[in-house]
This record gives sequence, structure tokens and C-alpha cells, in this order.
Amino acid sequence: MRYSSNLLAAVIILSAWAAALAQGRTYQLGTTPTEEEIKTRDIAISPDGKELPPGSGTAKEGATIFAQKCAACHGPNGNGGGLARGIVPLGNAKPVKIGFSLVPYATTVWDFINRAMPQSKPGSLTADEVYAATAYVLYRNEVIKETDVLDAKSLPKVRMPNRDNFIPAQPGWKPGEKRPFGYYP
Amino acid sequence: MASHSDRRRFLKRGGALASFVIGTVRSLRGQTPAREAILKDNLAYGQPSPFDNTIRRTLGQATAISDTALTTPLQDLDGIITPSGLHFLMDHVKGVPDIDSKQHRLLVHGMVDHPLIYTMDELKRLPSVSRIYFLECNANNRPIRGPNGESVQNVHGRTSCSEWTGVLLSALLNECGVQKEASWIVAEGSDANKYTMSIPLAKAMDDILVAYAQNGEPVRPQQGYPLRLVVPGWEAIRSVKWLSRIKVVDQPYMAWHESGNNADTIPNGKGLWYRFEVGPNSVITRPSGGQRLPGRGFYEITGLAWTGGGAVTKVEVSVDGGRSYKEAALQQPVHRFAHTRFRFPWAWNGEETVLQSRCTDERGEVQPTVAEAAKNLGVPPDYFYQADHFNGVQPWKVNRDGSVQNALFL
Repeated sequence: MRYSSNLLAAVIILSAWAAALAQGRTYQLGTTPTEEEIKTRDIAISPDGKELPPGSGTAKEGATIFAQKCAACHGPNGNGGGLARGIVPLGNAKPVKIGFSLVPYATTVWDFINRAMPQSKPGSLTADEVYAATAYVLYRNEVIKETDVLDAKSLPKVRMPNRDNFIPAQPGWKPGEKRPFGYYP
Repeated sequence: MASHSDRRRFLKRGGALASFVIGTVRSLRGQTPAREAILKDNLAYGQPSPFDNTIRRTLGQATAISDTALTTPLQDLDGIITPSGLHFLMDHVKGVPDIDSKQHRLLVHGMVDHPLIYTMDELKRLPSVSRIYFLECNANNRPIRGPNGESVQNVHGRTSCSEWTGVLLSALLNECGVQKEASWIVAEGSDANKYTMSIPLAKAMDDILVAYAQNGEPVRPQQGYPLRLVVPGWEAIRSVKWLSRIKVVDQPYMAWHESGNNADTIPNGKGLWYRFEVGPNSVITRPSGGQRLPGRGFYEITGLAWTGGGAVTKVEVSVDGGRSYKEAALQQPVHRFAHTRFRFPWAWNGEETVLQSRCTDERGEVQPTVAEAAKNLGVPPDYFYQADHFNGVQPWKVNRDGSVQNALFL
């Protein structure tokens, strides 16, 4: 009897110790990240831009950064050439078919340049450089003016020409529901 | 019944095989250490027979958004499982990252009560499930014309099926305590692009797997080692490889790979907002384009069917170009969101004909012909060359000389 109550006490102490290290509700596995750990990795930018960091840039500044860090792949004028890809067209206000170029939010452009560019060293650009490079891409696509300043406030307000060109395949359809015949493509 | 000469040929072949194995064992002695290691490993990890070791992926057409496309040789495979080394690959992220699983971490955070970081060892201690699921690239089945459109591998080889083992994403999310305002998740990989996808929370809480094993062994690097999301029945671009972060959020993020780089446009130029599920689909893998029937007589027509709707409930085969259909036998058990093998006995009379199959799923959704799909959308059939999620019926024409060719646009 005394043996089992000792064991119980040991189990309670062990559980309390495990709970202090781990926060998983049922299995008590995994560790709690620090605020700093989350902040470093939390790079996804939502359409409303609430995660955007401080900093700013214009297309004019972006042209310099483009020449230094982007032109090697995208071509001196963003036209590509050889194996390289040009600056991707971000679409047209008129509903014409442009494959791989419908971008509904300017935050999408910022997010991708920030996480994936330049290809040789992704994630190495400063926030100011990303704002400037984004401004340059948007300017070259005739979405903003050369002198427009992009920052955490102004970037989410940029209205992309294709903002309203995304439509549901079948209005009202939700995953798991039966679709009308032939409307899967 | 095997004839005497057949048996003798088999014995001769078996003898050759046996001496090959013995030769390998013997040669372990007296080799340089490097060579010895290679020989030992070839024994330690079994290899295909030298008499039948030509089944390979081929380079499919890379697209504007992928640098490498490797397609599964569906015509050479049997049953429903794709060997891991033959799983298709579409590289959207400039190469396969080299990840040490001991250093790999999964962060779950965002709109949760307790954000958590898991090591691979911790994830493997959690309750596990194994499920057989297909993964299909949303650009699969495009009706390619010309030399690239001649085989089932080139046209349909961007679908593969594996047994995936891992933790249910819902279990991880429950451990963290999802807040009630949350409605989506954003999943991120640890490749050079930090590939990102948005997925509705309802699917995440339903059947999404966080998989660390594929067909019984660790997920292959090309498929996301050490950890990948497996999103059953949905376009495979959602099944994020090299998974390292799940953020619980309240809206879709429209990351580059799910908008500008993958948005599907429809004839009026509009982009289709999130679609997710692939439609009911099937294709005859034997006989199929590029093969040649040696002569008239009995053949088993066989192929694969799959659907984002759940289980395949019926596959019909036509041996007269779609004028009449008869039900094929389905390999049992049929798994939901998995490749389903169908088989259909057929005697070829030596005349020209067209073979095709049609899938129906548990929701009653039916695979359309190209003509039906084109009529519905008001487009010419050529439109589907650029369309994603294409699931039209695939006709194969058998010519009098036994050659088989793609008859989609004949």
C-alpha cells in the first residue's frame, strides 16, 4: 500500500515536471517556442498586411537593387533572356487569359520576394530592399507610380488589377459537395 | 499449363539469377573497402531483377512553373501502390533540399492557445495512422499533342499512390488548442522558396496527415523528407513537402504558389479561386499509347481510377470508342482517395478499335469525355491543354497492326 502511494507521488511529480517542459494538452510532447523563435520564422504576409515589418521603398530605389541582385537572372530590364525568367507579368485589368500571372494582392509579391529571392540567397534582403524591389516590380507592371512609397501601411492598399478577377469555380460550392457534371476542370 | 520447354527456360533463367546472387556474395571477399560497402548495400537493400530493371520515370514536359518534371511509368506498374522511387516529381522550388531530420522542427502556432515546436522523435511518439492516398499534380492529364502525348506516362504520369504514415494534423492542432475565430491554416516548407499554401481549417481537422513515412520507410527526399503534408483527394500542390511550419489563421493568404504561379484561368480570363478537389478520373494503363499488341486474342485491359470525391464506386470500360460501356472489376478493398485498380477481360479480333474507361465516384460524380467537358465550359477541346484539373476520358486507338496510340484528337 505504502509502495503504491509512493509510486503515485512519483508519477505526480514526473507529470508536473513534464508539464513544465511541454505544453501539448493530451500527450505532453513538444516544447513551447519563445516569442523570438516564432517572430523569426513567422514570415507569411496576409492580404491585410498585418505581419508587414517596418521599412519602406520606392521603385526608383528598387531599380538599383534590381540591377545589383535581380538582373543576373531576370535580365537588365526585367525581360529575362537565356535561361532566365523576366519579371513575371502581374496581370491585366481586362479579363484576358494570362497564365501564371493573376495576383490578387500586392502582399503576395512582397511575401514571395522576401521569402524566395534572390534565388542564390533567399531571405537575405532587408525589409527596405523588399519594399523597394516590390515597388519596382509593381511599377514595371504599371500598377503604381515610380515615386510611390511602399510601406506596411501603403502596400496592402495597392489595388492589384486582377483583384476582382478571381471567381469561384461554382458559386457556393464547398469542398465535399457534389459538383455539376463536367465542371471539375 | 507450362510446357516442358517453358519450364526449362525458367530453370535456366533461375540458374542465371542464382549464380548472380552467389557471385555477389562471393565477391564480397577480397574487394576494396569502398567496393565492398557498395556490394554489401546492394544486398542489404534489395534491387530489381537484372532481367527486369528498366522501369523508370521519364522527364515529362517541364512547365513555366517547374524546372523538373518526372513522371510515373503507370504502364509498367501493377496494383495500386507506386514504388517510392517511381513517385512523380514536379519541382517548384529549385531543387530538393538536403535536410537532417535530427535538426528538423515543426512549429505549430498562430491562432492557438499553446504554440508548440516538435522534433521528429516527438512526432513519432504521437499516435500514428497509415493511409493509402494518391497524390496528383493539378496539371496532370492535360491533352498533350505530338510526341509528348503518346504515352500514358507522359500524359497521366503525374499521379502516384503510396501508403503514408504519420500523425493526423487534427491531433497536432488539438494539442495546441485552436481558437474559435480560426478558419484556415498556412503550411510552409523548409525548401529554398519556403513554399507556402493555404488550406481551410475544416479539411485540416478532417483527414490531413503529417507524414514521415511512405510505403513503410522514411518519406523520400524528393517527396518531402523528413515530413510532408498529405492532403487526401486534393490537388497535390497543397501537400506541402519538407513541412516545417503550420500557422493557424483566419483567412487564405494567397501566397505566390497558390495565386500568381498556379491560378487557373478560365476562357473569359478570370482566375479560379481555390478549388482543391480533383474530379473523378480513370485511365487504361495497358494497353496504352506507344504499346503494341503482338496479335489477336485474349488481353486483360487494366488501369487506374481515382477521385477527390472519396471512393471510386464504378469504372466502365468501352472497347468500341464509347458507343457501349461495361463494368470493370475493381481491386478490393477500394480505399478512399487512393488509386483504384480496375481489370476487364477482352479478346481482340484484330480489327481497329478504341479503348477507353469512365469513372464514377461515391458522390455520383462521373468523368466526362473531352467533348462533354468542352461543351459544358463552352470552349474548344484544345482549351484543356492549358487547363488544370482536367479529367477527360482518355481514348486509346488500337490499329490493325496492334500499335496503340492516343486517340484524343484523332
